[in-house]
Amino acid sequence: MSDLQSPTNTTAEGTRTGGKAAEEAPTAATAGADQPTATPRRSLLPSSTLLRHLLVLLLAAVGAVVLLEITDPFTNSQLATLTYYAIAAGGLTVLTGMNGQISLGHGALMAVGAYTTALFLSADEPLPLPLILLAAIVTATAVGALVGVAAARLHGPYLAGATLALAVGLPGLAIYFHDVLGGEQGMRVRAPRAPEAFDSFISAVSGNSATNTKWLAYLGAICLLITYFLLANLIRSRIGRTWRAVRDQEVAAELAGINLGAWRVLAFVVSAAAAGLAGGVLALVVRLAAPSGFTLVLSLSLLTAIVIGGLGSLLGALLGSALLVFLPPFVTDLGAGWGLDNTEAAQLAPFVYGVVLIVAMIFAPAGFVGTLRMRWLTRRAKRAAAQPSRG
Amino acid sequence: MQYFVNVTLTGLTEGMVYSAFALALVLIWRSTRIVNFAQGSMAAATTFIALALIQAGQSYWVALIVALLSGLLLGAIVERVVIRRVEGGPELNAVIVTLGLFVAIQAAIAIVFGSAFQSFPTPFGLEGFQVGDNRIALTPNSVWVIAAVLVTMALLVVLFRFTRIGLAMRASAFGQEVARLLGVRVGRMLTLGWALAAVVGSLAGLLIAGGEFVYPAYMDSLIVFGFVAAVLGGLDSPIGAIVGGLILGLALSYVSGYVERGSALVNVAALVILMVVLLVRPGGLFASSTARRA
Repeated sequence: MSDLQSPTNTTAEGTRTGGKAAEEAPTAATAGADQPTATPRRSLLPSSTLLRHLLVLLLAAVGAVVLLEITDPFTNSQLATLTYYAIAAGGLTVLTGMNGQISLGHGALMAVGAYTTALFLSADEPLPLPLILLAAIVTATAVGALVGVAAARLHGPYLAGATLALAVGLPGLAIYFHDVLGGEQGMRVRAPRAPEAFDSFISAVSGNSATNTKWLAYLGAICLLITYFLLANLIRSRIGRTWRAVRDQEVAAELAGINLGAWRVLAFVVSAAAAGLAGGVLALVVRLAAPSGFTLVLSLSLLTAIVIGGLGSLLGALLGSALLVFLPPFVTDLGAGWGLDNTEAAQLAPFVYGVVLIVAMIFAPAGFVGTLRMRWLTRRAKRAAAQPSRG
Repeated sequence: MQYFVNVTLTGLTEGMVYSAFALALVLIWRSTRIVNFAQGSMAAATTFIALALIQAGQSYWVALIVALLSGLLLGAIVERVVIRRVEGGPELNAVIVTLGLFVAIQAAIAIVFGSAFQSFPTPFGLEGFQVGDNRIALTPNSVWVIAAVLVTMALLVVLFRFTRIGLAMRASAFGQEVARLLGVRVGRMLTLGWALAAVVGSLAGLLIAGGEFVYPAYMDSLIVFGFVAAVLGGLDSPIGAIVGGLILGLALSYVSGYVERGSALVNVAALVILMVVLLVRPGGLFASSTARRA
């Protein structure tokens, strides 16, 4: 029951030699990923995981429609931003939380998806949107597979450094091929119009005007829900369990006949696919694919989102992404109140991200969702211990 | 031919700075098994302190000394307050903490000193020496850069080889338990190690800034180059870091000098070099030990 341990007790003591550090699997950091070992018996939810996830998907879809219809257009566009952060963070949390591989290169993989989308949309007669987003996913997956093969042999700081180089290096290609990819200015993206059915759907549901912003927010929400549904099923499947085995006990997993490298590459590929889709949605929502949109800070923001939400938890990734969207305006206002000028106040958000990363790793390495889950499990275990006869 | 010489000289000068930066990473890696991704931001912070002093009318040398001292202090504080809590824990946690420091310090610089591009002065001229009829790419400033890095390295060698405190630091890095049993204050040695590494990193930051524009993120590429150089040398070996830095400096200089519009490709080239090294020789060119597993 490693997830019952207090998350901080591994950090205080312990020999500081390298071998020891490598031995300790990142269980403390990724406790959020570990599902409760037994679900409560008297639950009303369906026992089949797939059915349960479908139910949640349905509820989430209804929730998304309600949320998008009761909020104003500005919040709609904020929610559209939230969707692409959340898609990318969902992919990253699978990689880092479930499989223990860190990636600072997801911003670059998003760039691959965004540029692919922009290129396909710039055609005279663009393909249908789902196909274009699929192309973005495929391209990012291909790049991710390439990186993943290299990454599978690396761990910890080596992997962080290699993906850091990816994040810093890849946008340079957009400048090098500036005839095709637009150089520093980037490529403008012509977002396709909403289909007729969308207009009638919106007028039937709420009577609001079906603006293009709203259409893009819905598009992002649809992509988000599909991605999370697929990822949630993956996490609870044999594949997810194998990933966790590879993360926690390399040697034991290998002895059990698991090919470590192949499973690591698979995790990277899945994660890259999500990043590619996120990049595609980003290109549509922002209507621009430019190198300045895919800085190192983007990759580190995604990392912040999954760390604060709880590594390995999709709900955590979603909450963390919400923080990325709603925190900056809040702290910027706060900064302006303290007499900072605009550019200075704009830097408060990354400052907070950095501090949050440090504080979360030191005091609550399991993140928000993981810490709550551990509290809950501890309480349940105590209750069970208090009533031994029920056993 | 002359062009080749110039490109090589530029590469060697920049390579020296990468070496210094890689050396700072290696110093920390050897003692605490942590790659300090915040090194670039920490160096940028001290560079901005130096710039503020220079803009206030102080000489370059006063600014240099103050910057190095503040690097010393910053390194010690960062180790004592933040890193100490994740040392020896899961390696992912340490990586994430240094990344957090990286972002937080960079943003703090932008808040305090602004994000505008500012030019950083050099103590010596930027005009190349005259050799015969040609002006070569070796400037008085690059001589200063090379000399500063060489002197720093010599001082480090003296410290580690010939002083008691250097011996204690090597002992703490080599075997903490044994060193502690023999009466070495391991905690203090680790703090000192981080402080020294931060000084070397600050020096690299100041040297690369000379004659260029600085802004809060100007060290982003350098942290990648320093990391690639350190990995080239095996992350574990100071000599390897120096040779790795020089190799990388030359390679990147040839890419930007000989490939059309190559300057846009420098970062990509560093990525390719890193990938090739990690795939072909993950232990680096000079690794002193192979990776151990459970």
